[in-house]
Amino acid sequence: MESVLVLTHSDETGEQLSKGSLEAVTAGRELAAQVGATLTVGIVCGVSDLMARSLSCAGARLLVVSGAAFAQSRYASDAAACEAICRTTQATIVLAPHSSRFARVMAAVAHRLLGSIETHITAIGGRDRVEVTRWFYRQRVEAVVTREARPWFLLLDSGTHPVYAGEVAPVQAEQIVVEIPALRTTVLGTRAPEQGAIPAGTASDESSQRWATIRPDAKLLFVAGAGWTKKQPDGKIHVAEAGELILQFVHASGASLGSSKSLVDQGGEGAPVLPFLTHLNQVGQTGSTPRHSKGLATCCHGEEPHVVGWRFIGERRAISLDPNCGWTRGKADVVYVADAFQVMERVNSLLGVQVSCGVSKDVS
Amino acid sequence: MIDSFHIVVCAGIVPDPLQTLEPIVGPTGPGVKNEMLLPAVLDPWAASALYEAASLAAKRPGSRVWLVSLGPKAKLQQLMMSVAQKASFELVPIDGPIGGFTDAHAAAAAIADAIGAISGLDRSKLLLFGGWESATRGAGITLQFAGERLGIMDQFQGVDRIDSHDDGSFEVLERVEGGKHQASVCMGPPAVLGWATGNLAEPRNNPQVGMANMRTIMPALQKAKSVPMASNGLSYISVSLPSQQRTTRVVKDLTADEIAHDLVAWIEAE
Repeated sequence: MESVLVLTHSDETGEQLSKGSLEAVTAGRELAAQVGATLTVGIVCGVSDLMARSLSCAGARLLVVSGAAFAQSRYASDAAACEAICRTTQATIVLAPHSSRFARVMAAVAHRLLGSIETHITAIGGRDRVEVTRWFYRQRVEAVVTREARPWFLLLDSGTHPVYAGEVAPVQAEQIVVEIPALRTTVLGTRAPEQGAIPAGTASDESSQRWATIRPDAKLLFVAGAGWTKKQPDGKIHVAEAGELILQFVHASGASLGSSKSLVDQGGEGAPVLPFLTHLNQVGQTGSTPRHSKGLATCCHGEEPHVVGWRFIGERRAISLDPNCGWTRGKADVVYVADAFQVMERVNSLLGVQVSCGVSKDVS
Repeated sequence: MIDSFHIVVCAGIVPDPLQTLEPIVGPTGPGVKNEMLLPAVLDPWAASALYEAASLAAKRPGSRVWLVSLGPKAKLQQLMMSVAQKASFELVPIDGPIGGFTDAHAAAAAIADAIGAISGLDRSKLLLFGGWESATRGAGITLQFAGERLGIMDQFQGVDRIDSHDDGSFEVLERVEGGKHQASVCMGPPAVLGWATGNLAEPRNNPQVGMANMRTIMPALQKAKSVPMASNGLSYISVSLPSQQRTTRVVKDLTADEIAHDLVAWIEAE
């Protein structure tokens, strides 16, 4: 008989469970009901009170590893915590969010427990046995797999399950004492990626820089392609204007900002660059594959690696000067054959007008 | 105090990203049609790891770089013709199957065994580099498994930068949620670093470096041991291409103003 354990951790505030963790709780409840298994939820965090209470109605046994060492995301301490919870429960199936924190350690935990692991799970199904769906070749080939070996660890991609939300009430959670190994790594904290300076005299201020990353919570993904830095109809390059238009739009719309690899790489090749773009903005084969409900691509050309970055985007639109771009064929829902400079200037103007009229400017 | 590093880079072979992939199911399980014939490249994120390793080794005289690669011997030889011109390294080839459908647990075991058998490798100076995920299996677990098998207790994934200090410690930037980096300081090797994109551009081809590398690469390839890959109970129910064809509406006859209105309405619609 199967037994299901969901491993969770705190979010960056340290005060509540991460969104991915709450999605994993939903998946765990569904899986436990499907296979008739008992459900346990393990929490790794600094202080656990509020997090445990938020799971009071989850119908699960609650185990907690807490303390200052577990407030931070670090391989040695997180692996020890997860290992201790797994050994306590002896669960046959372990679910966890595919967060940077758990993705760093969960294969090691599986190895220590002589188990197996699958990552980037997008769906869990099956009738007589548990079957999971994941992608291969960077989201280009989809496979459904199963394993006989137990324990079986499954890391769930974010956005694949609803966030668990239950009544917050007092609850009895079992505290697990973990022997922390010698810690050789000190976590200093999080930092924003290094970005080039925004050209002086533009409307883009520091707040715009903070918007300029992939933000999973935004509804819209805006992707800037290399075309923004190419010669325009007047025979000149207009990088500063391009940067300003893009940042104005991202700031006004609350969109997540993505980029093609070619645009990010241009800096290393001495070509004009948009200074606020880093590799963290990159979508596609060597970048991220975000899950936004809408995506707007501008000045991108249709390479397969770029399309890979759009695999999980719901509604897709594009602005391109090339009506025959391979991207447009079967990949986007709508392609506007137009000059992105002109269109985005008008879009920004419209968003600005609506802001001054009191209409919400934030689509996130 | 550590004055030099022994850097082992794990990097696989992947089909060129521009190639069209067609999954097939053969007698040994799923695979990609004609994968052996497709143009191949060094796994992109692992290639970043190789360039970062070469850069770090150049800053620390006495450092050494090994490249551990698992794949069919013939394909490895073909790929080394170009990769060998990018950076100085000693190749540790493992003759095994190509493709992303092999089990990561078995691949990690083969890699860890190969690293453990490297002559002259000082584990107290070991930095195990690789891509944080491959472009084939894309699971992000092989390097982690290999590190655990080698008893390395400090691991970092999604690394974009490493700054080594004079006392042998180093600061690492790892990608975390929200488009940010987590900064950590590790006391020193041994450690595992699964690289994301890093900060270095692809080095230009250097034929002299290539010639020097090939003198050791060819004998190493001839001695490469063949390693079978166990499935460890992994079964594939189905392998397929996603249905992604959309009916695209190409709009050619609207002014910029009309398009802008259309876009804003679309953006604001629930």
